[in-house]
Amino acid sequence: MSIVQQTGAAGFLACFETLKDALPGDPVVREKAAAAFRLLGLPGGTSARRSEAWKYTSLRPVAETAFMTPVVSGFDVDLSASTASFSRFAENPVFGPLPRPDRDPMVALNTMLAEDGAILRVPAGVDAGIVRIDSHGNGSHALHPRHAVHLGPGATLVLLEIATGTGGYLHNAVTEIAIGAGAHLTHIRLQDESRDAFHFATIYADVAEGGTYDGFSLVLGGRIARTEIHVGLTGKNAVAHMNGAQLLTGTQHADFSSIVRHAAPNCTSRQTVKNVLNGRSRGVFQGRIEVARDAQKTDGYQMNQALLLSPDAEIDSKPELEIFADDVKCSHGATVGELDAEQLFYLRSRGVPENEARAMLVRAFLTEALDLVTNDAIRSMLGEKIDLWWERQAA
Amino acid sequence: MSTTTEALDTINSGYKWGFETDIEMDLAPKGLNEDIIRLISARKEEPEWMLEGRLKAFSQWQKMAEPVWARVDHPPIDYQDLHYYAAPKKKPGPKSLDEVDPELLKMYEKLGIPLKERAILAGVEADPDERPQIAVDAVFDSVSVATTFRESLAKVGVIFCPISEAVRDHPDLVRQYLGTVVPVADNYFSALNAAVFTDGSFCYIPKGVRCPMELSTYFRINARNTGQFERTLIIAEAGAHVSYLEGCTAPQRDENQLHAAVVELIAMDDATIKYSTVQNWYPGDENGRGGIYNFVTKRGACRGARSKISWTQVETGSAITWKYPSCVLIGEDSVGEFYSVAVTTHHQQADTGTKMIHIGKGSRSTIVSKGISAGKSNNTYRGLVRMLPSATGARNHTQCDSLLIGDQCGAHTVPYIESRNPSAKVEHEATTSKIDEEKLFYCRQRGLSEEDAVNLIVNGFCKEVLKELPMEFAVEAQKLLAVSLEGSVG
Repeated sequence: MSIVQQTGAAGFLACFETLKDALPGDPVVREKAAAAFRLLGLPGGTSARRSEAWKYTSLRPVAETAFMTPVVSGFDVDLSASTASFSRFAENPVFGPLPRPDRDPMVALNTMLAEDGAILRVPAGVDAGIVRIDSHGNGSHALHPRHAVHLGPGATLVLLEIATGTGGYLHNAVTEIAIGAGAHLTHIRLQDESRDAFHFATIYADVAEGGTYDGFSLVLGGRIARTEIHVGLTGKNAVAHMNGAQLLTGTQHADFSSIVRHAAPNCTSRQTVKNVLNGRSRGVFQGRIEVARDAQKTDGYQMNQALLLSPDAEIDSKPELEIFADDVKCSHGATVGELDAEQLFYLRSRGVPENEARAMLVRAFLTEALDLVTNDAIRSMLGEKIDLWWERQAA
Repeated sequence: MSTTTEALDTINSGYKWGFETDIEMDLAPKGLNEDIIRLISARKEEPEWMLEGRLKAFSQWQKMAEPVWARVDHPPIDYQDLHYYAAPKKKPGPKSLDEVDPELLKMYEKLGIPLKERAILAGVEADPDERPQIAVDAVFDSVSVATTFRESLAKVGVIFCPISEAVRDHPDLVRQYLGTVVPVADNYFSALNAAVFTDGSFCYIPKGVRCPMELSTYFRINARNTGQFERTLIIAEAGAHVSYLEGCTAPQRDENQLHAAVVELIAMDDATIKYSTVQNWYPGDENGRGGIYNFVTKRGACRGARSKISWTQVETGSAITWKYPSCVLIGEDSVGEFYSVAVTTHHQQADTGTKMIHIGKGSRSTIVSKGISAGKSNNTYRGLVRMLPSATGARNHTQCDSLLIGDQCGAHTVPYIESRNPSAKVEHEATTSKIDEEKLFYCRQRGLSEEDAVNLIVNGFCKEVLKELPMEFAVEAQKLLAVSLEGSVG
């Protein structure tokens, strides 16, 4: 069974009306989400309503596409290297407290239509190895997976997500993460979707005392894509890393938005995000560090840099500090420019061919972010993806 | 710093400039409608085209909505509950200082205007041999009371007069430039200003002329419930040079007052305009009662090659500041600068910054912003740097630093960086911290009181900006910082 939708927000809402009796979980949550989505709509879709959170990303092309809602899960979970317990949202449909369908339109859409997702649990003190989730988009399918990760106190997990597919599908995932005291989640995401696809990933993570959320996203695919990460540091000494790299070409548009909320004292947040933009692509970075009144001794740092390789590429960057505590150390930096002509000249003068020299410099630019991935095997896998991307640019 | 928290409750630096002058006013009835606009235009003896422009702006304004994106919070403004025109009653020109309204003179004294300037301001003939080197255009509520030095400026071809006079005497210049940098529909407050502006300064520096003195205006808001809508237009022709100073103080009162000024600067080839502001309007009392709403649109267009516009501001006053002095860098190798110190205490809210729009090849801009928050205030830097595809080789460097004094205030930084040219380079840095304990300790150890130590550190923190101010202002600004932060540290 599958449903062919009308275009626009109305299409999704009509689809919900048809499916709602068959959807798992609390119908009240679904109805509320539908009401919110009716109000919020698709940002930039049809109405002239503009929201600051979606200032640089318009979903008009999403609104103009007629999707098909299939009743398939669209993802595989590989637990061969992990002891984490796994269940499906379809069988255990719990909507957690962190996601904000009332505020975030794509999350409202997900909450309204989510059918399945991976739920991972690691008990206290257990190192559960590596879990890999592969998603596959297809044709004009619209998928709204709802994932959840729970780490008990002192637990450790590496979660590797790889998104691929063929066609002009919509992949709109919401992931809710609870990290217990002293627990450590490494969250690596490779977004290598079809160039015709729409990809939205909204991640909400809550980190308890002494816990760590260590995230890295490599964004290569999608026609319009957005990675949106909300991390709440709610216990003392919690740590958040929200790193990433976006390599774009053609007419791709990718938005990397993050908000880290320091709600407890002595927490640390670190962020390095790099954009390499070729063709007529457009990269967006929005990063906010929020420091609450009580979050004294906060240490926040954020760096975002963009390399424009083509005269038609565009970067929009908005790093934000919102600080209500006085004993803090917060800084951010942003740079935008092209490859350094002097560095290029230096390499050329030593006999390195132009293309190779450019490759070296681009790779060096990305290394700063990539080096933050501590798992060697995953880092070298991502490195290969980057090299492959560059080879395709040069070809 | 627990002592800081305790001291917060006892902050009461008062408002040094909080006086109200009792001069007979010519006041329009409250409210805003076409008739009021016709009245303003008639009082100003404006030509028909000005009135038409105002009415058009008014109908535009009615279609617009108040902007909500700034980090400021205030009860809704009743635009019908304000007077839109207030002018001191006209008297024949006095022959000597003795004939001048003593209230007016007293106000000048409180403002610290030198005696000779006071005479000139009050419209008394000056002795041509003893000219101070600043020309002052005092805007006393809505009408420029007097414009000084006009003759000596006229000798070199500089026109410096109230804008209402420029509308009558230099209509072609005004028509050519007014509203070309800040169009009527630019934003809600610029549309309102275009409809009801009552006065402001007009300044025209002809080709190749270096203005022989600093031009200066004192803005004051005096009558109760009178929104002040200034309009300033400065044009520097090719190779011209001008430095303009604007200083503000306003009497103390309870009701919030709206101020929505528009300032337009135009610099042609090789011209330089330096615009300095010290803004110290009534910020409200320690409970956040009263104070000025300062919603200002300031923008300069660097139209010519190698032209330069430099904004320097020291913002210590107003209950709410909403202000983004900007540069549109059209000319090749044009330069834009923004140097800002914003201090907020008690319940003040400041959302201020700049926009640098790079259009011309090789255009450069520098942004240095220092925000200091104390008390229960909120201080936001909001800035945009935009590199258009034509801005080959353009450069921007931005430095935003915030200092927090006390744990009840907020400091926010919201930069927007948009680049569409790979050869353009943009760099942005921002830091937020509290006053360095070690520096404080060092100063205290050498016998400075904590307050003096904080003043010293704050002045050091702001030095990069203060040094951009003309001499006359730099000293005043330093004192102002000290007064503004008085009692903020225990």
